[in-house]
Amino acid sequence: MTEPILKLVNLAKHFGGLVATDNLNFEVEPGELHAIIGPNGAGKTTLINQISGMMKPDGGQILFDGGDITHMSAPNRCHAGLVRSFQITSILKNFSVAENVSLGIQARQGHSFKFWNPARADTALHDPALEILNAIGLGERAEVLAGNLAHGEQRQLEIAMALATSPKMLLLDEPMAGMGREDCERMTSYLSSLKSEYTMLLIEHDMDAVFALADRITVLVYGQAIASGAPDDIRANEDVRRAYLGDD
Amino acid sequence: MNYVLLGEQFFNGFQLGIILFLMAAGLTLIFGIMDMVNLAHGTLYMFGGFFAATLAFWTGSFVWGIVLAIPVMMIAGVLLDLIVLRTLYERSHLDQVLATFGLILFFNELFLIVYGPEGMAFPLPKAVSGIATLPGGITVPEYRLVIIVLGLLVALGLYLLVAKTRVGMLIRAGASNREMIGALGINVKLLFTAVFGLGAVLAGFAGMIVTPITQAQSGMGEDPLILAFVVIVIGGIGSIRGAFVGAVITGIIDTMGRSFIDVGLLTFLDGEAAESAGPAISSMLIYILMAGILAFKPQGLFPPRGA
Amino acid sequence: MSFDLIKTPRGAFNLVLVLLCAFMPFIAPALGQDYYTDVFARTMIWAIAAVSLNLIMGYGGMISFGHAVYIGIGGYAVGILTFHGIESAYIQWPVALAASGLIALIFGVISLRTRGVYFIMITLAFTQMVHFLSVSLEKYGSDDGLTIDARSDFGIPFFDLNDAMTLYYFIFALMMASIYITYRIVNSRFGMVIRGSMSNDDRMRSIGFPTYGYKLAAFVIAGVMCGLSGILSANLEDFVSPDMMSWPRSGDLIFMVVLGGMGTIFGPLGGAIVFWILQEFLSNITEHWHLIFGPFLVIVVLFARGGVEGLIGQLGGRRD
Repeated sequence: MTEPILKLVNLAKHFGGLVATDNLNFEVEPGELHAIIGPNGAGKTTLINQISGMMKPDGGQILFDGGDITHMSAPNRCHAGLVRSFQITSILKNFSVAENVSLGIQARQGHSFKFWNPARADTALHDPALEILNAIGLGERAEVLAGNLAHGEQRQLEIAMALATSPKMLLLDEPMAGMGREDCERMTSYLSSLKSEYTMLLIEHDMDAVFALADRITVLVYGQAIASGAPDDIRANEDVRRAYLGDD
Repeated sequence: MNYVLLGEQFFNGFQLGIILFLMAAGLTLIFGIMDMVNLAHGTLYMFGGFFAATLAFWTGSFVWGIVLAIPVMMIAGVLLDLIVLRTLYERSHLDQVLATFGLILFFNELFLIVYGPEGMAFPLPKAVSGIATLPGGITVPEYRLVIIVLGLLVALGLYLLVAKTRVGMLIRAGASNREMIGALGINVKLLFTAVFGLGAVLAGFAGMIVTPITQAQSGMGEDPLILAFVVIVIGGIGSIRGAFVGAVITGIIDTMGRSFIDVGLLTFLDGEAAESAGPAISSMLIYILMAGILAFKPQGLFPPRGA
Repeated sequence: MSFDLIKTPRGAFNLVLVLLCAFMPFIAPALGQDYYTDVFARTMIWAIAAVSLNLIMGYGGMISFGHAVYIGIGGYAVGILTFHGIESAYIQWPVALAASGLIALIFGVISLRTRGVYFIMITLAFTQMVHFLSVSLEKYGSDDGLTIDARSDFGIPFFDLNDAMTLYYFIFALMMASIYITYRIVNSRFGMVIRGSMSNDDRMRSIGFPTYGYKLAAFVIAGVMCGLSGILSANLEDFVSPDMMSWPRSGDLIFMVVLGGMGTIFGPLGGAIVFWILQEFLSNITEHWHLIFGPFLVIVVLFARGGVEGLIGQLGGRRD
């Protein structure tokens, strides 16, 4: 058994009287695609916020790649190799598609206190950005203003930005939110192609995608993991059926 | 240590705090519920002073001056809201800053023309223009006590309104989650106008009761406005409790600071240096306090829930 | 800068503005209005301040209602040093610029911990503080201001700031330099971080940029540039007063930046020129020109679709 790349130990978070994360213990193996599913209000986004550093947990620890990142700032977690994409599209709408991705690459190239040379003309940024865009299928749209992309393309750009930071692990917060059938299928096969290179923690509602992609699934209800294991086991699990899957 | 002086300055500071609270309470609600930067709040303070002084002049009675000025303030506030401010609720903070800045320029100039640079006096009735002596030998002008009492009554009334009535519940709900009250089917625009009217009356009232001491003048609202901002930053946006605590702290530190900085400095600086450093430092005290609080609590002492 | 910039209507407009500034010392006497030169000198100084505010506000999204404070700091540094007999520019200017930068650093460290409405109010409060401070300095004129007996001395033959033309073109050169420097900054890697942060700060942090440090750096740069504006003002007017950094001046600066077009390179220059023309024009009609200017401001904000920024966008400005 290899060391888990991400490990949550007794993670806890509450808002006033509401318990969002309930002493959660959880592990992600390197190289796996681990999906988290659960009804709305289960605390999934709160969980990702804590793992990515946008929110401080009230208790417990987060261990990543051998280090304790519980108190690490969000930018530093990204440098450590942990990056997230957002459920609500958070691309930079006033920048071009290429510029969005270039920024991710720029973040990995040391500090940015460089005031003189134009960034747009910098091939050290632009070439790698274009590579990523071509791989994801947005190469043709490189110079388009990000705000003018179709919804599905924007969701793709979300992922591309995260990839630009050369992460070890991706936290994907509902990458298929608001996508139609075709876009979903395209995204699913794209994510599948990434499995060999990156560890992924995937939060999703789209069950077809989840069962197609996941190596393991954990079910989150009221901030608690009520079941965790291989997809078939989860599908067969009585508690899970009752709480979430219904007749799916 | 001169305890009498200490006591007197404490009362002065507390009174300043009351005035600031009246300004800050309305302002914090407007920020908290309507998320609007309203620079013209100081203008409302000025309205109050001028309206009361003018009405007192016409009726020949101090009390009538104030009593009549209150509904006039309410009307003025509502009109301002309907004509100008409604359109600003949806806009960016920058738009709000610029538009309300324009209002300040306009009204300051208008009142300058109408009342002249000297402004207007609002004389105190004889009944409260004396000096009261409190236990311990502390002397306080009677009118300052009146201000403190009136201010505390208003604070109490505000507390009852916000904590115990249905309208108050809507206000509190709105301060933490604006979308929710809209979803409840409440006429949000009406609520906003009501809140703004309330804020206008509070600011106007502050202007009214201070004017006998300071005179009503064009531009009188801006300094209290900025102090009210500091109070809100210290107290936390949307929190009336925060406004009260912040206002009292600010008033007391500002007043007592100014009195005692000179004395304090003289203990280790020579006369001339202390004389020039004294006013300089005391004018900065409040802002240093604000910076200090922000260092630990960037959202103030009583931040909005869910922050 | 490529010449493509000139080919658009907006580019041509900007070129006209620059040429206007460049040739005003000759145009003004030709029109029989010598004082226009003085007005334009003042306008260009304000343009420098507006350019610096545009850097943090137009490109960085930091709405500072206290930016005029640096005009005061730069100006008073020169004034106070001259008062004590130090007229050498080689001491005055570095001191003034360093003071502006240091104060910007202190204010920035505190203010940038906050966002939105809080940030606006805190920057306003800090300006008030410095304003009160300057009023309390009896020695340096307090409310009445401080007259400055001599202009900064560079000790270079034939370069005397007492000569109106020399000063005018020095201001012009510094203004163009400020614009150019800003142009390079906003297009550099640093500029990308600042602009990204305005667009979505959380996103920028999550891809690895500790945005606080970058915004602080921008804040300090803007403070120093605005301090330069104050130094020049002290030299032009031979006078400094607390009024230079009153909050209405900060409001004027914001207006200039917004009117000219936020987040554009030459916008602040256009905004400054329009503002000063407007002020000259209106104050000739009546000394109570605020009575007209105030409602004008309100109407422009209320009725321009999408706010003032939208209005400017409609007038054909592509971001350059």
